[in-house]
Amino acid sequence: MWIYEKKLQFPAWVEGCDLKIAKLMFAQYGGPDSELSAGLRYLTQRFNMPIPEAKAIVTDIGTEELAHWEIIGTLIYKIIDRATPAELEKAGLGPHYIQHGHDLYPHDAAGVPWTAAYIQAIEDPIANLHEDLAAEQKARVTYEHLIKSTDDRGVKETLSFLREREVVHFQRFGEALRLVQEHLDKKRV
Amino acid sequence: MKIERERLELLKEIMAIDFSLLELNLYLDTHPYDQRALALHNGYVNKSKMLKEVYEEKYDLLTHKHVSDCPWEWIKNPWPWEIDYEMGGK
Repeated sequence: MWIYEKKLQFPAWVEGCDLKIAKLMFAQYGGPDSELSAGLRYLTQRFNMPIPEAKAIVTDIGTEELAHWEIIGTLIYKIIDRATPAELEKAGLGPHYIQHGHDLYPHDAAGVPWTAAYIQAIEDPIANLHEDLAAEQKARVTYEHLIKSTDDRGVKETLSFLREREVVHFQRFGEALRLVQEHLDKKRV
Repeated sequence: MKIERERLELLKEIMAIDFSLLELNLYLDTHPYDQRALALHNGYVNKSKMLKEVYEEKYDLLTHKHVSDCPWEWIKNPWPWEIDYEMGGK
């Protein structure tokens, strides 16, 4: 069960109207290593996690990813909200405008729609947690690419916050993996 | 959308405290016996509750689970993605 809280996790802000970074940030809204993939991946993998610590961590990180999805959406919304069709076209968002107007849509930076094929759940908690660890690293690198691609101080600050979260999640998934391994070793004795 | 300075500062404070709570939540998931982290967590729970009561009384509801006057207060603008956070975390 989830409940909406009428606040963001981080005060997402933009300084100007860098439409090019808005287009690129779709990578984290609906790309393979996006916040959407992360959230649905972890929340889908919850059901067979063998120990309470692991059930908790995939549930709680999965939930936090939805809050990050909202932050990315907020950044894009704030930038494209006042842009004219001509400005969107110039920034490479012409096709997006034709199909979605000023709405958001879960596609990647190139316009490829999100697919569940980006994520996996394969029962074995060791395999699942390794995928989660890799996902956090890939998202971290995507954020680094994005941060290097804009001068907007607000976008940089907000993306830096999200990048740090990937590092923390990697740490917590690593601890969960160790606890699951210890649990499975004990069962074998 | 601009909101008044005092409201924005209180909202940002609530956001910061709830973020600390979430960070401790994740840490405690894999360190459930860490008493220092538990004490920190429990302290922030009370602080968050206190500030949210003030915010909801003065400005706007943060969840729908709140007694409402007529008309239904939950739908009031602005929604989180519309607020101008003015230099974000600063």
